[in-house]
Amino acid sequence: MRKERIIQYLLLAMAFTAVLSLAVITIFILREGLPLLAEFGLWRFLSGREWAPTRGQFGILPMIMGSLWVTAGALVVGVPLGLAVAVFVTDYAPPALAAALRPAVQLLAGIPSVIYGFIGLKILVPLIRDYLGSPGLSVLAGALVLGVMILPSVISISEDSIRAVPRAYRDGALALGATQWQTLWRVVLPAARSGVVAGIVLGMGRAVGETMAVIMLVGNSLRLPLSPLDPATTLTSNIGLEMGYASGAHLQALFATGIVLFVFIMLLNLAATIFRGRAIRA
Amino acid sequence: MRNCTARSATALALVLGALLLPLAGCGPRGAGAESGIILAGSTSVQPFAELLAEVYAREYPEAPVVDIQGGGSSAGIEAALAGIADIGMSSRNLKEAELAQGLVVQPIAYDAIAVVVHSSNPVDGLTSDEVRAIFAGEIRNWSRVGGPDEPITVITREEGSGTRGAFQELLMEESRITDLALRQDSNGAVRVIVNSDRNAIGYMSLGIVGGYVKPLALDGVVPTVEAAVSGEYRLVRPFLFTWLGELGPSAADFLEYVLSPGAQKVLGSEGLIPVKEG
Repeated sequence: MRKERIIQYLLLAMAFTAVLSLAVITIFILREGLPLLAEFGLWRFLSGREWAPTRGQFGILPMIMGSLWVTAGALVVGVPLGLAVAVFVTDYAPPALAAALRPAVQLLAGIPSVIYGFIGLKILVPLIRDYLGSPGLSVLAGALVLGVMILPSVISISEDSIRAVPRAYRDGALALGATQWQTLWRVVLPAARSGVVAGIVLGMGRAVGETMAVIMLVGNSLRLPLSPLDPATTLTSNIGLEMGYASGAHLQALFATGIVLFVFIMLLNLAATIFRGRAIRA
Repeated sequence: MRNCTARSATALALVLGALLLPLAGCGPRGAGAESGIILAGSTSVQPFAELLAEVYAREYPEAPVVDIQGGGSSAGIEAALAGIADIGMSSRNLKEAELAQGLVVQPIAYDAIAVVVHSSNPVDGLTSDEVRAIFAGEIRNWSRVGGPDEPITVITREEGSGTRGAFQELLMEESRITDLALRQDSNGAVRVIVNSDRNAIGYMSLGIVGGYVKPLALDGVVPTVEAAVSGEYRLVRPFLFTWLGELGPSAADFLEYVLSPGAQKVLGSEGLIPVKEG
């Protein structure tokens, strides 16, 4: 019994380290970033269009817009594609093909983001430059690659929730004379809606948080992007880009950017949890 | 739920990375002085310091190991101040606030900054005013400076970079680099982009240009080591070693080696300008 108890406490301590690291990270970014926000002003920080740390200008609006553009673009690419794969695997694919597709999708999640970025830089960027004009490094390049990167999140969670739809729903619809597609579109997908939304929100979280591939693809210019062909900077890519040389107020401003990002991701995860909870209850 | 935690952790991994910098500042002074010499700082100086460390280890096998770390000029100066590194490497002049804390500064070489374009670009040279106008976003088409009718893609380094600081100080002066410019975080990344975009213009260490991109003549002076030594080429910045107080004996030995004619010759052959005539 004594041994049982030791194991129990040991596991508790280990579980606690995860919570502890979250707490430590939160405290540190707040400690480093808040003084700048207090001094520069939160609203000025969020709405300022000029980012010039060496001149004391810390406006991150271009990066917020960049993150929104790139994330929205990734969803436009990744959601229809991901949903199509999920539906195909659950309802259309022969079992053998479905069994092969699932691990392939999981492997996609295992590819390091620098590889995605590299492939995008070497293949996608020159194509955009040659056929669409612009320097090639653009919101579009980032969105296309991120669209593929969020596929695993979108696919696996949508697939789970589509599978969780009770068999009776399908049988009922088919018995009433609906075609397979009608059943899927009108009955199964609406029933799985919460889970699908949770998958999309988690994909969004992934897109907002991605750094390496984005630094390599979006060009990192500080002008507000106005079209998908414009280059942009995201919140994460700016931290990654400038971290190495930053000191003083500049470093604090990067931590403050981290706070904004932190709040963003927390809200997204909260939304995903709520939707997922709803999906499980349904 | 497990998924959520993992995701937040990924998103924050980069923040954690940055955290380690100030955290490391709490370490004991002169850490590592027993086992070897630590140099940290400018990524512009880094490849040359690594090369010297390699040659040093070959020539003096009994000397302590020289460990070269990057991080950037500012991080290098901070590391020297905090005593995490024996020597900080900087590719920009120190700010007054930094000097006021008692840092000793020793130039080990000078580096020319070349303005570079794609090798197929018909433009061979620009005036300082033209380069300034291009990087300020006032000239946006190559046809205005004798090139084809194509938009100019301006590539710059990120704020805080020593190369950018030197470019701003030596060439841009009071003008600001346009916010349309694409930002890249290393000499290598600038080279990759300029090498692949025929409308691009950027700037980088002359020693790193290699055969990949075309360095432009500035005000009629082709950037070469000779032109930089003679003072004809104006975009030249110092590569500095900096340290706090007295150097330890093994670090002093390494510094002496770096300033020796042999090592200076190595730097010269790599495209830098020696501080001492070899």
